[in-house]
Amino acid sequence: MSALLAILRRDLSLLLPGGKRGGTMLPLLFFLAVAMLFPFAVGPDPKLLARTGGGVIWVAALLAAILPLDRLFAPDLEQGFFDQWALRGIAEEAVVAVRVLAHWLSFGPMLMLAALPAAALLGLEGPALRTVELGLLAGTPGLAAIGVIIAALTVTLRGGGAALSGLLLIPLAVPILVFGAGALSIGGGSGIALAGAISLLLVAIAPFAGGAAIRAAREG
Amino acid sequence: MEPCRLVATDLACRRGDRLLFRGLSLALDAGQALQVSGPNGMGKSSLIRILAGLLAPYAGTVAAQGAIGLLDERPALDEHLPLGKALAFWRNMDGAGEPSQQLGLDRLWHVPVRYLSTGQRKRAALARLTDQAAPIWLLDEPLNGLDLGAVAQCEALVAAHCAAGGIALIASHQPFALPALTTLDLAEFTQ
Repeated sequence: MSALLAILRRDLSLLLPGGKRGGTMLPLLFFLAVAMLFPFAVGPDPKLLARTGGGVIWVAALLAAILPLDRLFAPDLEQGFFDQWALRGIAEEAVVAVRVLAHWLSFGPMLMLAALPAAALLGLEGPALRTVELGLLAGTPGLAAIGVIIAALTVTLRGGGAALSGLLLIPLAVPILVFGAGALSIGGGSGIALAGAISLLLVAIAPFAGGAAIRAAREG
Repeated sequence: MEPCRLVATDLACRRGDRLLFRGLSLALDAGQALQVSGPNGMGKSSLIRILAGLLAPYAGTVAAQGAIGLLDERPALDEHLPLGKALAFWRNMDGAGEPSQQLGLDRLWHVPVRYLSTGQRKRAALARLTDQAAPIWLLDEPLNGLDLGAVAQCEALVAAHCAAGGIALIASHQPFALPALTTLDLAEFTQ
């Protein structure tokens, strides 16, 4: 247990903004840039913005979650960290589970915070903003889990790995997007609840899928 | 040191469509050291990884009693961290106290790992290995990049480890000075 805490501390110091695994503020800035550019692109019609703004926030959140994927596992595998953990009897599954948490902490809460200025830019108010925030809370853990699974699966790919993992993530993220963003148009909690349910399922699968992928990568 | 034993029976290793070696058996008891020699590409590193349980053998079994420490070309230290902190991560994980072996590293304690030379990295990895206090040491080319003084230090470390009842398996094509070192030529096990 203390070993896993040490791993979590290391993961957070690498992945949180200001951490060393490069450009960790980038997803946040990317997210805000999309929210800022959208009104310029579609014109300053408050009704149109208010109707589409929530969906834009969701798409921006999904794309922002892709950015750090290529740095999630590759450096640790190359530098032999996973070998050393395996020798100490720490299962890949446990390391991956810790990383899902660290990855989510590195972008989830910040995106929810950044959704406030983004909502202002897009003219979302009161209940719509609340639905977006709750939806992000329910959906981003699932996005983190998908990201971790994809990053583990593509860990041995060099060069084009980042772009490919982005492409692989998008179809898997569609259910979360459908229910998370869909909650906006029906204005109810059922969409959020379903997004949360999908998130829970993905978070439960991620350690096993990711752990198996890391082991396969090591054998290669 | 806890009792340890390392037994491999009838190992075969296949990489791609090449059978690197087959019919390899070895048994090491507490205090014994074995050098695996052979030209490049013969499967020395693969043998080490099979013994460590990190690679599945094509055939055969490995039974290890006691924790295994691995030293290879990857030090598993965070590149951006000062050496002291990077080593502290593993000491914390292994429940080790103060750094047991300085290996001439104390001057480098505040230097980020990415600025270290090949030999200094190797010494840092040796420090990580000694801190781990595992009875079975698997060393893949431990002398690569080390200067003469560090080679002697490394040999002394391994000798002390074996004298204390540990097992050492050294994969290297370089001579390794160690009392009672047996050798195993991997070339004998190619088909």
